[in-house]
Amino acid sequence: MTKAAPKTYIASGHSGCAGCCDAFAAKFTLMAVGPNCIVVNPTGCLEVMSTPFPLSSWQVPWIHSLFENAGAVASGVEAALKALGKKDDIKVIAIGGDGSTMDIGIGAISGAFERGHDFTYVCMDNEAYMNTGIQRSSATPYDASTTTSPAGKVSFGNPFPKKNMPAIMVAHGSPYVATTSIGFPRDMIRKVKKATEIVGPTYIHAHAPCTTGWGFDTSKTLEIAKLAVETCLWPMYEMENGELTQVRKIKDPRPVEEYLRAQKRFKHLFTMEGGEEEIKKIQATADWNIKHYGLQ
Amino acid sequence: MINPAYKGKMVVVEGSYAVAHSAKICRPNVISAYPITPQTHIVEDLSQFMADGEIPNCEYINVESEFSAISALIGAAAVGARTYSATTSQGLLLMHEALFNASGMRLPIIMTVANRAVGAPINIWNDHQDAIAQRDTGWIQLYVEDVQEASDTLPQLYKIAEDNDVMLPGMVCMDGFILSHVYEPVVLLEQELTDNFLPPFQPENVLDPKDPKTFGAFAAPDTYEEFRYLQEQAMQKALPKIEAVAKEFEEIFGRFNGGLVDGYMLDDAEIVIMSMGSVLGTIKDVVDQYRARGEKIGVLKVRSFRPFPKEQVREAIKNAHAVVVLDKNISIGTNEGALFTETKSCLYNSKVRVPVMGYTLGHGGRDIRMESIAKVIEETKKVAKSGITVESRFLDLKEELL
Repeated sequence: MTKAAPKTYIASGHSGCAGCCDAFAAKFTLMAVGPNCIVVNPTGCLEVMSTPFPLSSWQVPWIHSLFENAGAVASGVEAALKALGKKDDIKVIAIGGDGSTMDIGIGAISGAFERGHDFTYVCMDNEAYMNTGIQRSSATPYDASTTTSPAGKVSFGNPFPKKNMPAIMVAHGSPYVATTSIGFPRDMIRKVKKATEIVGPTYIHAHAPCTTGWGFDTSKTLEIAKLAVETCLWPMYEMENGELTQVRKIKDPRPVEEYLRAQKRFKHLFTMEGGEEEIKKIQATADWNIKHYGLQ
Repeated sequence: MINPAYKGKMVVVEGSYAVAHSAKICRPNVISAYPITPQTHIVEDLSQFMADGEIPNCEYINVESEFSAISALIGAAAVGARTYSATTSQGLLLMHEALFNASGMRLPIIMTVANRAVGAPINIWNDHQDAIAQRDTGWIQLYVEDVQEASDTLPQLYKIAEDNDVMLPGMVCMDGFILSHVYEPVVLLEQELTDNFLPPFQPENVLDPKDPKTFGAFAAPDTYEEFRYLQEQAMQKALPKIEAVAKEFEEIFGRFNGGLVDGYMLDDAEIVIMSMGSVLGTIKDVVDQYRARGEKIGVLKVRSFRPFPKEQVREAIKNAHAVVVLDKNISIGTNEGALFTETKSCLYNSKVRVPVMGYTLGHGGRDIRMESIAKVIEETKKVAKSGITVESRFLDLKEELL
């Protein structure tokens, strides 16, 4: 960045892994929002690594309740601020992983969006349950090997495609849904800021590669994140009131093989018989993204 | 009997309306609830109050589940809002995980529970199994006997729960249908008197950007145990507050429903019947008949199940010849109701030596008839003479259905 980076409000010294994606996501989110907010954080790596009592990395008010209730807790925070006449000044932010967002907590988030609470939900998507040891979630991509969808003699790993959570949030009538990636900090900061400035429930889905869970060197987090975007496996777009309003164009998409080869979770695709066919299926997903979102 | 002081003040309303009115008068900032029989009339009445603009500075959240109802209140209470919900049965069970969370974060959320049986088999009628299943969640539980008490206990419980020494959530347990749907003459809470009684909620710790704090942190084995200890300490501190607040309520409103426990014909009682909730009315009627015949039967109402008033229970039954405990719940695998177990437990290491017998009854709304209570008393009289033969059993079991 040429300009000085904005101040963030999560202190260093937390116990996240070197190259932790959640630390990046939280840092960029707070750079966008500033100090005048209340953060709701469901159970996950971010919560555990940032609040070992009596220490806390949070320089903004922060609440963790349970794994599956961030949408409801944020609803209550927002309602209380309104009732107490404090809502105008204070932003309500929920920030959670893919498991708490797309699986166990989706009901509470759906309720909060349907009711139109004025808050921003940020999903840090590292595509599996990393806090408990890399188990598959509905965000795990096709053919990724996790501890509960391991590749084996008769399996290529996770047999299901990734759930399209942003589309679900668009279907709720959210005024602003955007996908971003921690590999593009300025994009993420801009989108989170925009989301918090729009009244109503807004949703940011940030792709967030996990060094431990995906199996790549701790220095490569942002590089892998960029590769996901450059191979068109992670399209970055904005949808306002249901309409696609902005897309990050990828002029020369790189083959998905480059992205897959860089991660241990896809290693079996290069050693198992039939792996080539599987890689073609994943390439087809990227090709669909290019066409569907108009990435070129 | 109606207190002459209330003449002209009493109105005949449904139990749910009296409770909803009471919740309104307590000036909640956030109400969050999900409809479930037999709690529905409470939340419908509150919704109407909202629609008519009768609850100032309040947001009502129509959530998508009981789990979200309690979760929303956790967020709201952490911001410093006074919070209210109502639920029952399956809804209360769905809240279970979050109940621990609310008490662990020391958020004084208040709920009315319209007690109902739990499935399977599905059953919408009254017993106490739903609330008893929450006994270890760290919530204060006060069981009420009639509609007036259901209404009067709400401001009392706010005052107890929000006390700086306590800071625990609490539930007012009222019998579903029997109290929630009955029309009784009651004095509805007056705003001015309630404002004098119940100060605004001003917690020491809130979520505020001006003074950022971390709520719900991660505690490892080196700190976790102390959090549990402090919760227990807070419960113990609640014991005298429950008594003191009931007396303070009496001074302002002129009504007393008991503190931790309440006795009826207890002073010289040789046989004591213990129970919780609306069945106490039936029991008192039967006891009146016995008293008319000169038999020394008394009643011990247990109002506070959590915290459990061990000392007051021991004191109340120490001179009895035999005690019988009636429970509208059962801990399957012990053949005992919870109040019975607790009562026996608080006597074991004490000097009080009195035989205690238990009945589990009224499951899924089965009527508890005066004849059945008389049968219980007759059995207890035998125990007083010749000791216990059957320690605990079901009452009014239909052998032909087994």
